[in-house]
Amino acid sequence: MDFDDTPQEAAFRAKARAWLEQHAKPRDPNAIAPNLLGERESADVIQKAKDWQATKFDAGWACLTWPKEYGGQGLGRLEAVVWGQEEGKFETPPNIYGIGHGMLGPTLMAHGSEEQKQKYIREMARGQVVWCQLFSEPDAGSDLAGLRTSAVKDGGDWVLNGQKIWSTGAHFCDWGMIVTRTDPNAAKHAGLTYFIVDMHAKGVEVRPIKQINGGSGFNEVFFTDVRVPDANRLGAVGDGWRVAITTLMNERVAIGAGGGAGRYRDLIKLAQETRRNGRPAIEDSAVRQKLADFYIQSKGLQFTSYRTLSALSRGATPGPEGAIGKAVGAPMGQEMAHFALELQGAMGAVADAAIAPQDAVWQEMYLGTPGLRIAGGTDEILKNIIAERVLRLPPEIRVDKDRPFREIPTGSVK
Amino acid sequence: MNLEFSEDQKFVQHTAREFLTKNAGLDVCRKVLETKDATHDPGLWKGVAEMGWLGAAVPEAHGGAGLGHLELVLIAEEIGRALAPIPFASSVALCTEAILQFGSEAQKQKWLPRLAAGEAIGTFALAEGPGDADVASLATRFASGRLTGTKLPVLDGEAAGLAVVVAQGERGPVLALLDLSAKGVTRTRVESFDPSHSLARLELRDAGAELLGGADGGAERVATLLDRAAVVIGFEQLGGATRALEITREFALGRYAFGRPIASFQALKHRLADLYAKIEIARSNGYYAAWALSSGNDELALAACSFRAAASDAFESAAQEMIQIHGGVGFTWEYDCHLFYRRARWLAASIGTASSWRDLLITRLVARQGQGGGDAHAE
Repeated sequence: MDFDDTPQEAAFRAKARAWLEQHAKPRDPNAIAPNLLGERESADVIQKAKDWQATKFDAGWACLTWPKEYGGQGLGRLEAVVWGQEEGKFETPPNIYGIGHGMLGPTLMAHGSEEQKQKYIREMARGQVVWCQLFSEPDAGSDLAGLRTSAVKDGGDWVLNGQKIWSTGAHFCDWGMIVTRTDPNAAKHAGLTYFIVDMHAKGVEVRPIKQINGGSGFNEVFFTDVRVPDANRLGAVGDGWRVAITTLMNERVAIGAGGGAGRYRDLIKLAQETRRNGRPAIEDSAVRQKLADFYIQSKGLQFTSYRTLSALSRGATPGPEGAIGKAVGAPMGQEMAHFALELQGAMGAVADAAIAPQDAVWQEMYLGTPGLRIAGGTDEILKNIIAERVLRLPPEIRVDKDRPFREIPTGSVK
Repeated sequence: MNLEFSEDQKFVQHTAREFLTKNAGLDVCRKVLETKDATHDPGLWKGVAEMGWLGAAVPEAHGGAGLGHLELVLIAEEIGRALAPIPFASSVALCTEAILQFGSEAQKQKWLPRLAAGEAIGTFALAEGPGDADVASLATRFASGRLTGTKLPVLDGEAAGLAVVVAQGERGPVLALLDLSAKGVTRTRVESFDPSHSLARLELRDAGAELLGGADGGAERVATLLDRAAVVIGFEQLGGATRALEITREFALGRYAFGRPIASFQALKHRLADLYAKIEIARSNGYYAAWALSSGNDELALAACSFRAAASDAFESAAQEMIQIHGGVGFTWEYDCHLFYRRARWLAASIGTASSWRDLLITRLVARQGQGGGDAHAE
């Protein structure tokens, strides 16, 4: 057991550091970590993100764990962690590739034909085209397999009709991965098929959704007679659920602790700078107890992911334990933001970044984190995963399991 | 970076589990608990000593097994799983560790082989009544080789023969090594919350003792010792928490209500999932702390606080949930839930409560940020 770098990791870190110093500006370690929720909307930010990705790719720093033949570097997961730690010390554009690189790339590698891999993966790594995930539907929600968007075979094509929702970044994406229903007479999970869809194809309409945080990172996507060639099918007809599971397993690891881990430094600073009962809040025992809990949870999540990485780097496969990161991290992020606003007292109601403490980062986070608790599985779904797949407790009773999909009531009563 | 124990270390753990499964069923804990005047299980203590565990981190030259602290924490975890009624935390994590870290060569020669062999049982006497002990304002005095004062409660105080006593010296706090059979020592039994461990009140009147580690820097020495012990005891807590979850899970799978195993109800599934997450968060902090302990890394100061608080919370939560999920039978003397409930509280109270460790964590974090220091392992 050793948390320090191995000599190889240290050498890799130095190399990464040297390259980053030449190509990016170091971040002020005392500056408030930026809040990136809802920053992905402007064309300017998207372009900067694409430029940075191309620069990294051309220098050999993109998609480090992917095979070399598809544009990756064939490195281990621990090197990717080292890279992430170093890149985090520099000012870089927001990462718009979380879904593509974190979830869809691994899905393509697991289920794509050689032709599909050659066609898409390298291009995905360089990031000039961006990918989105088209899974959720208005009438399905957490019951993902209850989706209704249909795909009907017509000659060499499939014709798609229906609506997806909560598609992150769809408004600036070029390709999407979509799960559709190809057989409504089959049982719920059996009649699904997975496709790659061109977001610029005729009949695809993306409508950004205005969210409670004022941002519009999520979208509704409508499909009207959209033609998708059979060559864009990922996996067999009717095998879409199995392919989707690969995406979801990677999603839980990718979304992970995104809520607030790493923010405790800012929170401690805030507690030093705000007052309570005439003294710095940091001297208040109740404040100290909460701060400690956030620290312990943050570090616990970080080391849990390192434990997983250590096991994966030795050849294990990602398991359902990955659900802990999001199950604990997402609610924690919301709690931290809430606590920070409590510390701010009356200023907790001010959202103006020019006036509110720490650039109103906590105000933004408080508005953004409820979304994180839902995206990629609600708290309840994640706890079910831990209970059923880690602790092996009995699964939820499924009344719809063996019935033809068309007979199952879905959606909300209107 | 590698956050896994080695195969050799896992083998030590495996051996420990096998031995304890065979020799330390929960009935062994219960027997001590239910036997008036029993302080621990001497047979189990002897067996554990023969396995070399009491001196796992003691060098061979001093009669130990010459392994290391990574091996020691894994043994502690197994002792925690078994709820072994032996003074392991007191004698090994506290007393032996104190002599190992601060003892003179003569003190090491004299005591370490006897502690490693289990012939001497050691303890650590800090508390002086209610509240978390404040090292800077202890009433017990040490002057000219003599201790005077009252220590209450002393962990495993009836079983122990040797104590590391924290007292106010002439130039500040000191650690003193006290033979409990010395003249001027009066020991009274104090009813223990977990009678599988004893507690005592020590009245010291001019009791002869010797300094452990010099007349200066005692406060730092106590802090170091507590940090180190917190990691080992934290693993004992982690073991107890994990076992409580396992037993509760088994019970919930076998217990039927409303025509279904109660483990199939989402309300209970989610409680068990929450508990699992809490234990794993504690475990991850524990692995980091164990690395810091075994490698002598400065991160120990933060890692020990985090882990100790997380491990205390995890074990107490697990024991509370255990009773609740067992339902009415969980509240009976006959079921084992109360053994876990008692042990969890006993260990949580042993070397500072979880809330005091959380407070210390913030003090140390603020000091580090003030020095412009960051996190050695930032996200």
